[in-house]
Amino acid sequence: MSLHLRTTRPGRVDRSKPLTFTFDGKSYKGFQGDTLASALLANGVHLMGRSFKYHRPRGVVTAGSDEPNALVSVGVGARHTPNLRATQVELYDGLVAKSQNAWPSLSFDIGSINNVLSPLFVAGFYYKTFMWPNIAWKKLYEPIIRRAAGLGTAPTSPDPDHYSTRYAHCDVLVIGAGAAGLSAALVAADSGARVILCDEQAELGGSLLSELHATIDGKSAIDWVADAVQTLSAKSGTVTLLPRTQAFGYFAQNFVGLVERVTDHLASPDKKLPRDRLWQVRAKEVVIAAGAHERPLVFPDNDRPGIMLADAARIFANRYGVRPGGRAVVATAHDSAYQAALDLKAAGVTIERIVDLRHDANGPLPNAARAAGIRVDVATAITGSTGSLRVKSARVSKIGTDGEEDIPCDLILMCGGWTPSVHLFSQSRGKLKFDAERNVFIPGTSVQAERSAGACKGSETLADAFADGFAAGSDAATKAGFKASSHSVTVSGVHEAKGGFLGAVPHPHDAGRVKAFVDFQNDVTAKDIKLATREGMRSIEHVKRYTTTGMATDQGKLSNMNALAIASQALDKSIPEVGLTTFRQPYTPISFGAMANHSRGDLFDPVRKTPTHAWAQSQGAIFEDVGLWKRAWFFPKAGEDMHRAVLRECKTVRETAGIFDASTLGKIEVVGPDAAEFMNLLYTNPWSKLEVGRLRYGVMLNEAGFVMDDGVVGRIADDRFHVTTTTGGAPRVMNHMEDYLQTEFPHLKLNITSTTEQWAVIAVQGPKARDIIKPLVEGIDLSNESMPHMSVKQGKICGVPTRLFRMSFTGELGFEVNVPADYGQAVWEAIWAEAQKYNACAYGTETMHVLRAEKGFIIVGQETDGTMTPDDVGLAWAIGKTKPDFVGKRSLTRPDLVKADRKQLVGLLPVDPKTLLEEGAQIVGQANVPTGTPALGHVTSSYESAVLGRTFALAVVAAGRSRIGETLYVPMPGGDIAVKVTDPVFYDKEGARLNG
Amino acid sequence: MVELTVTRRSAFEGLHAIGVAGKVSATQSTFATRFSFRGDHQAAALASKAFGVTLPTTLLKAETNGTRTAISLGPDEWLLIAEDGVAQSLADDIAKALGIHFHSLVDISHRNTGFDVSGPEAATILSTGNPLDLHISAFPIGMATRTIFSKAEIVLWRKSADTFHIELWRSFLPFVWGLLEEAAHEV
Repeated sequence: MSLHLRTTRPGRVDRSKPLTFTFDGKSYKGFQGDTLASALLANGVHLMGRSFKYHRPRGVVTAGSDEPNALVSVGVGARHTPNLRATQVELYDGLVAKSQNAWPSLSFDIGSINNVLSPLFVAGFYYKTFMWPNIAWKKLYEPIIRRAAGLGTAPTSPDPDHYSTRYAHCDVLVIGAGAAGLSAALVAADSGARVILCDEQAELGGSLLSELHATIDGKSAIDWVADAVQTLSAKSGTVTLLPRTQAFGYFAQNFVGLVERVTDHLASPDKKLPRDRLWQVRAKEVVIAAGAHERPLVFPDNDRPGIMLADAARIFANRYGVRPGGRAVVATAHDSAYQAALDLKAAGVTIERIVDLRHDANGPLPNAARAAGIRVDVATAITGSTGSLRVKSARVSKIGTDGEEDIPCDLILMCGGWTPSVHLFSQSRGKLKFDAERNVFIPGTSVQAERSAGACKGSETLADAFADGFAAGSDAATKAGFKASSHSVTVSGVHEAKGGFLGAVPHPHDAGRVKAFVDFQNDVTAKDIKLATREGMRSIEHVKRYTTTGMATDQGKLSNMNALAIASQALDKSIPEVGLTTFRQPYTPISFGAMANHSRGDLFDPVRKTPTHAWAQSQGAIFEDVGLWKRAWFFPKAGEDMHRAVLRECKTVRETAGIFDASTLGKIEVVGPDAAEFMNLLYTNPWSKLEVGRLRYGVMLNEAGFVMDDGVVGRIADDRFHVTTTTGGAPRVMNHMEDYLQTEFPHLKLNITSTTEQWAVIAVQGPKARDIIKPLVEGIDLSNESMPHMSVKQGKICGVPTRLFRMSFTGELGFEVNVPADYGQAVWEAIWAEAQKYNACAYGTETMHVLRAEKGFIIVGQETDGTMTPDDVGLAWAIGKTKPDFVGKRSLTRPDLVKADRKQLVGLLPVDPKTLLEEGAQIVGQANVPTGTPALGHVTSSYESAVLGRTFALAVVAAGRSRIGETLYVPMPGGDIAVKVTDPVFYDKEGARLNG
Repeated sequence: MVELTVTRRSAFEGLHAIGVAGKVSATQSTFATRFSFRGDHQAAALASKAFGVTLPTTLLKAETNGTRTAISLGPDEWLLIAEDGVAQSLADDIAKALGIHFHSLVDISHRNTGFDVSGPEAATILSTGNPLDLHISAFPIGMATRTIFSKAEIVLWRKSADTFHIELWRSFLPFVWGLLEEAAHEV
């Protein structure tokens, strides 16, 4: 393996463990501990991607999560993941990576024609170009833009990995494990507090991992980190260490979202492990130690491969043992780049020159550079670069002169200073303040229980980072109720580093003809921002949206401050006056898998099954979803489709009998001395005089007087009602009752308890219903005299206690057998055995719907739509006229609710008995009405009836009851359908069959 | 009268045991008698005598005596759990003890089902679906509450340092069980 670009010092990379990987199909070698970026650099590969808009060749700029250019796709097939930052992709053996946004290849990309055509693609290009003609938007522009937009391609097959989530609580959450974060965690952990320490990198230590010169309490930085991590690991009962874990969002009440990348760094992960784990952390106190981002310099052609941030190059050399080039020019406005130059020189890189925008550079680091023999030119700007797929030279110019000099090199290091990472602080709704002296935004007033420490707070030295960290950890632990002892360290061997520059670097060229990139990921240049201000954008929020600066997945980590400074200069306003854009979650992109975690497939939602589900399944039932429930829809016999199965089931029930699973109906036990009074208030019906052992159909209204739910209610005892509700309405009715009980009627003595799942309910309906259950029932006289229609008795069935209801939703003689749920299937099977003696059938919800419609029984939510009164649906008889009050009573007298032309429930018989109306179809008074004619009403239920030998429907029609006998029309695409308006009861109007 | 033997079928039928040796296991409870008891503190005191367990009048508490447990779910609400087969006798005993003192007692033996999650990683796998702080300092032994597990409502009760009991409505069992099965793979 060629090691010519590896330094003698291996850094944190394990050179005893070589790894093989491919990039764009070509095989390369790296080592355990490398990132994809460091391994590619070690192989001399700088060209890692093409830019979004102009398809310009791009190389790696940073060494961390703020990388804007080196976005790659990793993995194959369904595991292919686009837009990963090569600087964060940990190398493993066999890793397959591909570049993006280039065709046919990364080095020859047809799309780069956009770079030549760039005068066309100015800021606001889409807004200006794709405006006209209107029709072209859908057909032409949108497809083109969609193809061009976005980087990478999403995989098309289902994600084969699984994802997990975990809720966690701690006294102190520390975000970031550099000098400040480790210090804060050490103090907090020492106090006994429960601590979570997370860091986005694979290894805890932050910038200390690339620090070669510091001595901390007599130890090297690396040794200090190792000791700190060991101290924290030893407290495993109270300290949770989470490397590879991004704090991506700071939400209300110190709720912080973290995503842990559990297996992405492994060549063959344990299949049981989740790929990502979403941590939902509730922290009493938070320490943000997120560090700072080094700023690029905005100079013409500052985006060629081989141009990177100075400290990134230092990290590649010191931490990964990679020389990112042979001959480097350093362009800076900050002392820290001198340290980078010195370290790279020590690593074997020739430093051709350091050009510094400042007029003076006399700190200890610049002086050390000079002492090391490096030429330093102050008051000198970098004004351009040459090269195509790799930088060939740096162009420099003394500020204020026109003369330029090309310095041949294969590496340009730039440093415009440091931007504190205030993203998470800003997400916590903390107020930023502008430090005008140093031109940085730093955390100001906190809104939540958090504090920042180290570079993200604006601290500039390593000693300050430690001091900040200890102080923040102590403060956090103390506020969380722990006694923190004081910690400190002595730091030596590092020098202060000052300076900084914002905005576009001055150059002698026509600013309108050069590309000086501000936002690498979205291809926004300095002239785009100036154009936006010329075109009237005054706030940075507008500039951002017009130019898209800062809107890429890197959230403007590198670009925001330069963009702001350019806008501020163009508008001649101070930076705080131009404003700062909002920092949004996520800090770095996170996977959909992490967000969805366990909510997929069978576990997306609870699937509720009744106690007899297994039996229905064994009989070949087809199920339908009703809310979360699975209900048997129909039971097809061999060769039957739904239509024929339902006709057979309907016929069998009317002629002999059928059994039906009604277990999903909501059930509420209302118990207490005031139970009847409560029922009087919650339902329209009168309940006081309902005798024990009798049933009544109840109608529930909302405050507005509209039908909300209905169901049969049994009086089990003076102080006990067994209330049933619709399947879908059960939770709503329970909440409605509890709400009124607690807020309006707290003086009433009763309680309500959901018993939906206590009882399995088996409806036995049809002329043979009594014969079927009779042999199984014990202690109940089933005769008409003892147990008439609408009565309830308690006894036993199959030896199991039952509440036996005599009731009917089919119009036939019927019973509903309530038994404790665990006995549901056994009792069902016993009833089924009896039913088979009469050739009765099992029937599903579709047959139930047809049979009740033949009788004109409404279904709440089908005949009602939240605007129907009891009278509208023919239930005025269910209103207790003499009751002083009930929920909705007052509303029923509102003028609008008593108008004669309200929509009323009627029956419809299509003139052609074979025509089946479509549910929801509109109804009008004449044939051939013009489009736009207001409808009289609509079809609510429509079926073919076995017993009627024809189709029929229920509908709501304006003043419908007065139209009985009239012919109306249902306009459909195939022509009008003539229908006759009828009474909604189609079968056994007298109800004789109920007493069979 | 036909004498019939009918089988009581557990809501656990068809579910596989969850267990990772030395770390966590979930075991279904045997059948039990369960009541929802509602009333004021005096009613609770009267019911305590009949039930044989002091119904806790502080919130978030479970009290146990032998096979019987009373969990306070609200200022006037308790979940009573007893051995199987005593629904009728217990209802009679409590009714007698309370007399006309206002209360309500509803049999929910079949509505609810329950199981124990135990082992050193019990709290960890419960944390995949429950947002509460389950650390022993925040959720001590004997604490119980109505809460959620993912999208299902549950009652969670810590029986010992590493044993939790979950009570839930029977139809939500496969969902919660399935999630715990997935979570157990990780520990």
